[in-house]
Amino acid sequence: MFTLNINGKPNNVDEEGDMPLLWVLRDILKYTGTKYGCGKGLCGACTVHIDGLATRSCVLPISVLGQNKITTIEGLSDEGDHPVQQAWKSLNVPQCGYCQPGQMMSAAALLAENASPNDEQIEQAMSGNICRCGTYPRIKQAIHLATELSSEIKGS
Amino acid sequence: MQTINNVSRRKFLKALGISSSALVLSVNLPGLSLLPKVFAAEENPEKFIPNVYVEVNSNNIVSIIVHRSEMGQGIRTSIPMIVADELEADWQQIKVVQGLGDKKYGSQNTDGSRSIRNFYKPLREAGASARIMLEQAAAQLWKVPVGECKAIDGKIIHQKSQKSVGFGELVAIASTLPVPEPKDIVLKNKADFKFIGKSNVKLVDGQDIATGKAIYGFDVELENMVYVVIARPPVLASKVKSFDDSQAIKIKGVIKVIQLEDIKDPVGFKPLGGIAVIATNTWAAIKGREALKIEWDVSHHSSYNSSEYKAMLKESCDSPKKILRDKGDTTAALANASSILKAEYYVPELVHAPMEPPAATAHYHDGILEAWACTQTPQSAQGTVAKAVGLAPEKVFINVTLLGGGFGRKSKPDFVAEAAIISKQLALPVKVLWTREDEIQNGYYHAVSYHKLEAGFDQNSQVTSWLHKTALPPIGSTFNAKAKVINFEGSLGMIDMPYDIANIKCTAGKADAHTRIGWMRSVTNINQAFAVCSFADEIAHARKENPKQSLLTLLGSDRHINVNKEKAKYGNYGEKLKEYPIDTARLKQALNKVADMAEFTPVKENGNGMGIAVHRSFTSYVGCVVEVSKNPQGHVKIEKIWMSADCGTIVNPERVISQMEGAAVFGLSLTLFGEITAKDGVIEQSNFDSYRLVRMNEVPPIEVEILPSHEPPGGVGEPGVPPIAPAICNAIFAATGNRYRKLPLAQYNII
Ligand code: FES
Ligand code: FES
Repeated sequence: MFTLNINGKPNNVDEEGDMPLLWVLRDILKYTGTKYGCGKGLCGACTVHIDGLATRSCVLPISVLGQNKITTIEGLSDEGDHPVQQAWKSLNVPQCGYCQPGQMMSAAALLAENASPNDEQIEQAMSGNICRCGTYPRIKQAIHLATELSSEIKGS
Repeated sequence: MQTINNVSRRKFLKALGISSSALVLSVNLPGLSLLPKVFAAEENPEKFIPNVYVEVNSNNIVSIIVHRSEMGQGIRTSIPMIVADELEADWQQIKVVQGLGDKKYGSQNTDGSRSIRNFYKPLREAGASARIMLEQAAAQLWKVPVGECKAIDGKIIHQKSQKSVGFGELVAIASTLPVPEPKDIVLKNKADFKFIGKSNVKLVDGQDIATGKAIYGFDVELENMVYVVIARPPVLASKVKSFDDSQAIKIKGVIKVIQLEDIKDPVGFKPLGGIAVIATNTWAAIKGREALKIEWDVSHHSSYNSSEYKAMLKESCDSPKKILRDKGDTTAALANASSILKAEYYVPELVHAPMEPPAATAHYHDGILEAWACTQTPQSAQGTVAKAVGLAPEKVFINVTLLGGGFGRKSKPDFVAEAAIISKQLALPVKVLWTREDEIQNGYYHAVSYHKLEAGFDQNSQVTSWLHKTALPPIGSTFNAKAKVINFEGSLGMIDMPYDIANIKCTAGKADAHTRIGWMRSVTNINQAFAVCSFADEIAHARKENPKQSLLTLLGSDRHINVNKEKAKYGNYGEKLKEYPIDTARLKQALNKVADMAEFTPVKENGNGMGIAVHRSFTSYVGCVVEVSKNPQGHVKIEKIWMSADCGTIVNPERVISQMEGAAVFGLSLTLFGEITAKDGVIEQSNFDSYRLVRMNEVPPIEVEILPSHEPPGGVGEPGVPPIAPAICNAIFAATGNRYRKLPLAQYNII
């Protein structure tokens, strides 16, 4: 039995320790916002925050998680108004949208660490996230917008 | 032409047990014999009558049924924009309802870039009819002439008396009125559009996507559902000789292992067979599959090796089995040419790789089959599933989820049939999930192709003859194992080659298929535009002309081309040539536009090279310029992409631009990395490490401009892809002097 701290709530999970967090989230606890894309840490669709750091949940066995704080897209904000979410909506970033929870989680982790990243830093932080639809130019724009939105929030 | 019928006659609604509080309009013939199950997640079943496009409810909500699949092109936003505009609805009162698979909607095949192309007019008429009837209803209510009543923003206004009434209050009267005759349907003036042609609404699913609530095929959850992962034959059409599941069933969570029926020719949309692992979660099913020991009775397709196949295609080009277009006397013209240019191009097999692999959930119960799937083609899913489980199609209900990308893969409902068959066998709700490896190794591939081109010049460097010989396995082989020569594929960028040349010949050789050949975003336009637009650039350099100028010369005078007069059967994407001609003026316009945007010059002062290409596909015209830089080590970097797009009349410019951006990225991936290869019939790639897609750091800025047009709506999703690869290679040539004729570029170590 594992107790996972997800979006601020404890969840008891009676599964094998080698089960990746992705499948625990999706199949056992029904947090389906975190997506499967490759299962091998190659695409970023499954990105969540572990203690604030962007982490690929498809290659993260639950046995290594103790009291670490797990945040999924569902827990990124209460009302869907994290600056990243706001920017994504305002610029109509998604096409199919499937990769976007992972993209937003990577972007949010980046902004938490670096309040105003330049293009190169954005590319570096985001290059683990594939978008087959090709929304990269808008993601980049949206991250810049999100930095403005967060500084406005802080400023006000 | 589709007609509009009022299907909300009170009698009918009563028969269905639905209140008459809804004015329901449908485009197409309303077959009213059945009422399919409602989408499980919705709580108000009265709003889900599937044979309709518009439903005005007494609570003032206007439901608009989207019968096409959303896969990133924005159709769940664009269709409501069309209907709401003609209806004069307030965007805030719109509720978007996804239509089930049902032939009463007309075609639901969301492929071929035709949702708006085919439904723009019928959907406008659906909205306009509703508006006209609501205006009539208000006139009755107020006892004033209908000409004095006008719909504005969800209300009918009587201008003289300044009275107004909401749509919702009029549904009872409106439901009793006859549907206007087609001749009486007055559409809005384009100048009065509030949504069409504007980018003023947010994506319908934007909020759900941003909060992780959007439901894709992978995300459907039913009570007591089991999860299924399947070990499919690594070589197409192989059979299971024997298998040992003793280790697999020991794994915690694995419930059962079952053998599926082997596939028989023609493969079509049938499941591939194999061994299915049933489990309480996906991870257990994946581990269970890894623990299986399967011996395969390998089919003759094990003879498939990509390098030998390439050599075979190259030879096959020289023994054509079909002449697809024949104008003048190309053989004689080439014999008499003062000089000849020859080049050969190759584009490997490709796979779709949507971020969401195929997934379907099915529940066979009480003599019906319900399925939830990320399908582009709910009707063909319905037909395929019905056959697979032995039910009448009207007992099969296909709910369309959001698609995490489609690109043509999800037009093939084999995965939905798998779920249906297993659900029937287990008498349980099941979800079949394809892993990335499954998606890459058991796909419906974009055909590998070889192209040989020859151009003959006269003494003045004018092109007098054009010969294009190709060979590739046809899509038809998936449906008929005897098909070995392409057919309609010629219409996708080969026989519609638009250059003004006196002698033109296009031929196709034969090629046996060893994988399931399918259609992928832009289909054969990808390889044919690569060959044609690269060769056009080679012609320019051969005659030492600026490539843009040379293209303008090749395109010739403003004219409509009818290749059917040249012993060709041109498909024109299902459209009439009269309405959707091959128009050289529009090609030139797109070319000039993109050249201006990029300030096109083959070699810039800083040494960067620029490449240009223009291509018509899916009745739209897209021009592209790519700029590349090179470093002293001989590596090139793509600096920028410009695109001009003439898609005729457009509904949602913002989504047209996003589709062009996406097409550029899709084109980049296939140009730089796209390659599926087979060894002994087994696909050698398996995941994003061996089948690379471009990442953010590999994508340059992309600038898109839409050409304003009053022509009928053209395709949007696909036409952006074809010119990308040739424009990149033309740019690399301009920068380095090296011509790359075989994709992908990764093999040359220049990126
Ligand atoms: S699913 Fe985890 S990185 Fe792709
Ligand atoms: S939006 Fe479709 S994969 Fe990124």
